[in-house]
Amino acid sequence: MDGGAAATAQSYRIETAGRVSRAAVIVAFVSLLVLVLLPVFAGRNVIQDLIFLFYMLALAQCWNLLAGYAGLISVGQQAFVGLGGYLLFALTLLGGINPLLAIPLAGLVSAALALPTALIVFRLRGAYFAIGTWVVAEVYRLVFAQLKALGGGTGTSLSPSVTSAVPGIEWIKAMLDVRTPAARDIASYWLALVLMIATLALLYLILRSRRGLALGAIRDHEDAAAGLGVDIVRTKLVVYVVVAAMTGMIGGLIYLQKARISPDAAFSVLDWTAYVIFMTVIGGIGTLEGPAIGAIIFYLMQRYLADFGAWYLILLGTLGIVVMLFAPKGLWGLIAERYDLTFFPTRRRLVEGKTGHDTVSISEQL
Amino acid sequence: MTGWLDALIEGVLLGGLYALFAAGLSLIFGVMRLVNLAHGDLIVLAAFVILVVADRLGLNPFVAVVIAFPILFAIGFALQHVLLNRTLGPDLLPPLLVTFGLSIIIQNGLLQLFSADSQRLRSGAIETASIPLGAGIAVGVVPLLTLLSAIAVIVVLNLIFYRTLIGRAFRATSDDLEVAQLMGIDHRRIFATAMGLAFVVAAIAALYLGLRANFDPTIGPARLLYAFEAVIIGGLGSFWGTLAGGIILGLAQTIGARIDPEWQILSGHLAFLAVLVIRPRGLFPRALD
Repeated sequence: MDGGAAATAQSYRIETAGRVSRAAVIVAFVSLLVLVLLPVFAGRNVIQDLIFLFYMLALAQCWNLLAGYAGLISVGQQAFVGLGGYLLFALTLLGGINPLLAIPLAGLVSAALALPTALIVFRLRGAYFAIGTWVVAEVYRLVFAQLKALGGGTGTSLSPSVTSAVPGIEWIKAMLDVRTPAARDIASYWLALVLMIATLALLYLILRSRRGLALGAIRDHEDAAAGLGVDIVRTKLVVYVVVAAMTGMIGGLIYLQKARISPDAAFSVLDWTAYVIFMTVIGGIGTLEGPAIGAIIFYLMQRYLADFGAWYLILLGTLGIVVMLFAPKGLWGLIAERYDLTFFPTRRRLVEGKTGHDTVSISEQL
Repeated sequence: MTGWLDALIEGVLLGGLYALFAAGLSLIFGVMRLVNLAHGDLIVLAAFVILVVADRLGLNPFVAVVIAFPILFAIGFALQHVLLNRTLGPDLLPPLLVTFGLSIIIQNGLLQLFSADSQRLRSGAIETASIPLGAGIAVGVVPLLTLLSAIAVIVVLNLIFYRTLIGRAFRATSDDLEVAQLMGIDHRRIFATAMGLAFVVAAIAALYLGLRANFDPTIGPARLLYAFEAVIIGGLGSFWGTLAGGIILGLAQTIGARIDPEWQILSGHLAFLAVLVIRPRGLFPRALD
C-alpha cells in the first residue's frame, strides 16, 4: 500500500450452481416425473422395494443433516421413528383420525416431544450425547411397551378399515384397475415419494439459507463459528427439532405401510439407526448426494445378501469401518473429488468474472 | 419392611455388577477420551471366552477367567493398536462409527458361532449359596462377591493409575497428549495397554454376568447403556464415582422393580435422566470435558 502499488479492483461473484448441477436439474425433473408415473407400469414388488428405498433414504438424509451438518451424532433416532409410528396408530385407532392427516400430526407431536428431550440430551457433549440419545430412545420404547391400549409389549395391528381410509385409494383402484392391497401400496408409494422429496428439499433449502451457512461453519469449526456470532445451541436445537418432526412423519408412514407395530421393532436401534448411519457414511456424510448413493448400495445389499443373516450384518459393519478409515468422505466423496462434480450445489464458490446484479465486488489490495 | 430392606441390599449388590461393567468404560475414557460403543458386546464376548475355556478344559469359571485374562488382554491390545488408534483425533465420528460397527460385528459373529441360545457359567454349589443376615434376610454369595470384586477392581485401578510407571504414562497422555509424546511416551502403546487392561476388567465383569444370569449374543447394548449411565451418574474421571454411580443405578432398578416388576429397567433410565437434569456433570465429577 504505502509502496504506492495501485489497488487493482477485481470482481468476483459467488456461485453455487455449476454447469453439471444445472444439467442435473433437468435430469432430476425427468426422473421425478418417471417416479411419479411409475405405478402405472411397474409391478407391486418394484413399488414395495421403492417404498423401502424412499423411506430409508429420507431417514438417511435426516441423520445426515443432524450428524453431518449440525455435528449432533445421535444413535437414538429410532426414538422418533417409533414415536411417529405409535402416534399414527394412536391417532387412527384411538382417535379415529384419517391416516393422511395423522402423519403430519405425528410429525408435530414428535417435534413437541423433541424439545424437552433436547433439553436433557443437550447436556451431554460429543460421544456422550450419542449414548444419551440411545438411552432416551430406550425410555420411549419401555414407556410404549407399558401402554396397554396399544398392545403393550406385543404391539398391535391397524385394521383394514384404517389402512384403506387413505384418500385416493378408490380412485387408484378405478384408474389403474388394481385390487385394494395393491392400491394401498401405490398410495404409500406416493406418500413415501412426497416425504423423500420433501426431506431432500428441506435439507437443500436449509443448507442454501443463512442458517445453512451457520451449520456449515459449525461443522467446520465450532469455536470459530461461535466467535463469528453463530448461536450454536439455538441452531442445533432448531435442527434437532426439525429432524425429529421429519423422522416422526417418516415413522408414521413406515408403520402405516407395515400396518403392524411392536415396541421392539418400532424402536429398533439396528433398523432405524445403525442401517441409516452406515448408509450415510458409506455414501458420504455431509453431502446431499452421498446418502442417496449409500441408500442404493444398502438397498442392493439388503435385497441380495439379507438371506445370509448374520454374515450380511458383519459385512455391513466391516464396510462401514473400512470406509470410515480409508475414505472418510464416503464413496461420493471419492467421486466428487476426482471429477469435481456436484448435483445439489450447497457450497458457495468464489468465481472470477464480470460484475452482475448478484455479484459481490471485492477489491484486492496488492 | 423386610421386602424393602431386601430390595435395598439387592440394589447395592447389583450396583457392584454395574460398576464392573462401567469400570472398563471409565478407564478407556480417562486415558484416551474414547467412548467405546462396543463395550457391552465386549463384555459378552469375554463371557463367551470364559465359557469356552471352562468347557474345553473342564474348569470352574473362577479358574477359567484367569486363563481368559491374557487372551482378552491380547485381543484388546491388538484391537487398539491395529484399529482404534487410527480413529482417534479431533473428529468425533470415526471412533463412534468404528466402535458401533465393531458392536454389530461382535454381536453377529457370536450369533454365528454360538447361536442365539441362552448360556450360563456353571460353578456348582456357590451359585445358590447364601449367607443369612438374620430377620429373614439372606445375601447371595455370588452377588456379594460381585460387589467385593468391583471394590477390589477399583482399588487396583487406582493403584495402577497413581502408583505405577504405566499409570503415570496413562495420566500423562490423558492430561496432555502432545507433551507426553515429547517426553518420549509412545502413546499408541500406552493406549493399547489401557485397552488390554479394560478387556481384563471386562472379563471380571463377564464372569459375574455369566454366573448371575443367562446371557446370549444380543444383550451387549443394554450392558453398554448401564455402564454408561453408571459412569455419567458418578461423574467423569473418578473410579470411585463410577462405583457410586453403579450402586445408584442398581438401587433405582431394584426399587423400581419392587413397585412394579415391569418398571425395573425404566426406573434405572429415569434415575439417570434425573441426575442429568439436576447435576449434568454427575454426582462426583473430576475430569473436565
